[in-house]
Amino acid sequence: MYKSWKVLQPYLLATPQTLIFLMFLVFPILMIFVVSFWQFNGYAMTPAFTFENYVNIFSSQVSLATYLNTFKYVTLVWGLCVAIALPVSYYLAFCIKRESIRVLLFLLCTIPFWTSNIIRMISWIPLLGREGLVNQALLNLNLVQQPVEWLLYSDFAIVLGMVHLYNFFMIAPVFNSMMRIDRTLITAARDMGASGFEVLKEIILPLTAPGMAIGSIFVVTLTMGEYVTVRLMGGGQAASIGKLISTQIGSLQYPLAAANAVILLLFTLVMVTGILRVVDIQKEL
Amino acid sequence: MPKFTRRRLLQTGLATGAALATARCGTPNNPAPGPEVNTNSIKDVTLRFIGTGVAQINDIRDKAQEDLGFKIELKALSTEENNQIAITQPGQYDMFDGEYFSLPLVIPSGNLQAIDVKRIKSFDKIASFFTTGDFNGLPVETAQGTAPIKVMYLSDQNSSEFSATPTDWATLIPFQYNADTLGYRPDLVDKEITSWADLFDPAFNGKTSILDIPSIGIMDAALVVEAAGLMTFGDKGNMTREEIDQITEILIEKKREGQFRAFWKTFDESVNLMSSGEVVLQSMWSPAVTAVKAQGIECVYAPLKEGYRAWGGGIGMSAALEGAKLDAAYAYMDWLLDGWVGAFLGRQGYYSAVPENAKKFMSAEEWDFWYEGKPAAVDMVDPFGKTLEKAGAVRDGGSFEERMGNVVVWNSTMDEQVYLVQKWNEFIAA
Repeated sequence: MYKSWKVLQPYLLATPQTLIFLMFLVFPILMIFVVSFWQFNGYAMTPAFTFENYVNIFSSQVSLATYLNTFKYVTLVWGLCVAIALPVSYYLAFCIKRESIRVLLFLLCTIPFWTSNIIRMISWIPLLGREGLVNQALLNLNLVQQPVEWLLYSDFAIVLGMVHLYNFFMIAPVFNSMMRIDRTLITAARDMGASGFEVLKEIILPLTAPGMAIGSIFVVTLTMGEYVTVRLMGGGQAASIGKLISTQIGSLQYPLAAANAVILLLFTLVMVTGILRVVDIQKEL
Repeated sequence: MPKFTRRRLLQTGLATGAALATARCGTPNNPAPGPEVNTNSIKDVTLRFIGTGVAQINDIRDKAQEDLGFKIELKALSTEENNQIAITQPGQYDMFDGEYFSLPLVIPSGNLQAIDVKRIKSFDKIASFFTTGDFNGLPVETAQGTAPIKVMYLSDQNSSEFSATPTDWATLIPFQYNADTLGYRPDLVDKEITSWADLFDPAFNGKTSILDIPSIGIMDAALVVEAAGLMTFGDKGNMTREEIDQITEILIEKKREGQFRAFWKTFDESVNLMSSGEVVLQSMWSPAVTAVKAQGIECVYAPLKEGYRAWGGGIGMSAALEGAKLDAAYAYMDWLLDGWVGAFLGRQGYYSAVPENAKKFMSAEEWDFWYEGKPAAVDMVDPFGKTLEKAGAVRDGGSFEERMGNVVVWNSTMDEQVYLVQKWNEFIAA
């Protein structure tokens, strides 16, 4: 009897988590999947099994353009996040010697999270707007004669907003990976005559890869579904899949929105799987 | 050693499950159905409202609770969320505070019940374009779009068909509405804006905006392209697929030319765009103009020669209301038309469904300014104590009759709504 209790114990311990997981994650996603085959008429949806919504999406120029646009944002945001996170983390992990200063500087990286998303978005206007600080500086320095318009309500602004928001999700895991690198490895490499660049290439980058992979998963999934930043920073003029879905939900076209959500989920899963294939993040956990 | 066996575990598990299942049947929101005891006093009632921000104001709720004696809960939502909840979550509200153009979507859901107009005291005094469709022979009588009169009445109590002629069964009791137009910054625009076509004026390239809500945005866009002579419509309020294709094409072309600075979706976005100078000319709602002015920035709500786009909001009752709650709902609607709310909203520039009742609660100077289009004899102060207009100012567009009489379209839900949203997305994504 005692033995069977021992066998059951782990299952029982996992049960609450599993139930919550099933109820609040798996079940809703299944519902979305089911609804994506339903029909709708502007105010109501009727259970059915039709591929119309999917055909609609795959045959439309707009969805194609919107998906491409979303991938463009993902690529740019991911690339910039990596480009910023690597030197920042390197500096924090290897150049700062005192632990207290390191913690302080790391906390500084969280500043973007100290205010609400909406407030942050609004405060870009006085900075980047036509009469904003940047434009005033450029005009006063006589660098431009007309205010620069593409600073706000443009792809530039969208990417800037998202990098600003999500960079920390890349910095944190990369920094974590770098901190775990055994310093004696570097000393050994140096002793054997490796240059600074070779240390970076042969030791630091490979050992940081799992952190980059985890950061990439965060950044890619967050950017794929992004719609608030796209709407506010793009001035409503730019499209992303998330924004497309939100317009469709706003117009009560749930089945179409569901179909888009399923496709978006698939794309995201493919990308995450791809990342996991390239890098073994088990090492990190 | 604990006395657990598989059998025992199974028994306990099943018992717990059964107990949980039984308990769930009696959650507070879902009381066990039983004979209704009809001694409920109206005082014990709580009416739950959903609506857009305009009238979901605590001051109105507090006054209503004080005057009527029952409780009111407000939930302020965006236009889109409001429709969604009205259609998909009937259990969440007792009273629907929505717009007339939502009705072609909400009524077929069967979630609202017909309002017996005989029980509404001031029904006959409601502005006539709501109740009969007439208004002194002015253009509003033939306005296109989802004009309230087209969706005001149901053919009978249990019908979900709209009646073209007045019946005793109403869908919504109106209480606020307005005529919308373009707003502009006279300090940044060097000419007077007199036509919707000015939105496409190359002089304002990169400095205009329209709103990104399909049912409303498309009507503004239609007024613009028609005024600019770019295309004509059979009925702007109910476009054909070809017309939707054509107007989207024009809009996309203008977007590519860089005519628009941004699109806005919420009231505060439009205020930010205008007050920051990012946009100098855009479609706007009247309280947004007021909000810009309140920051000390000049903003004109331009009367245009083609006329206005109007919207109308009213109160509908959930199909589930009965007994004391139903009585409370009727009491609320009578109170709503009685004038206090009309005056409250009037001081922000909205019109009341029964102007003559609102007049009783407004000062003569307020009435003259907001409804008669006369110069303000004293400073105009809104219900929250903010000065909106200095003495001597005149309301843009003039009197009630001049403004509401010149409405040429109402916000619309078209037969081709699904297609419209699809094309609208195309425009946004282009």
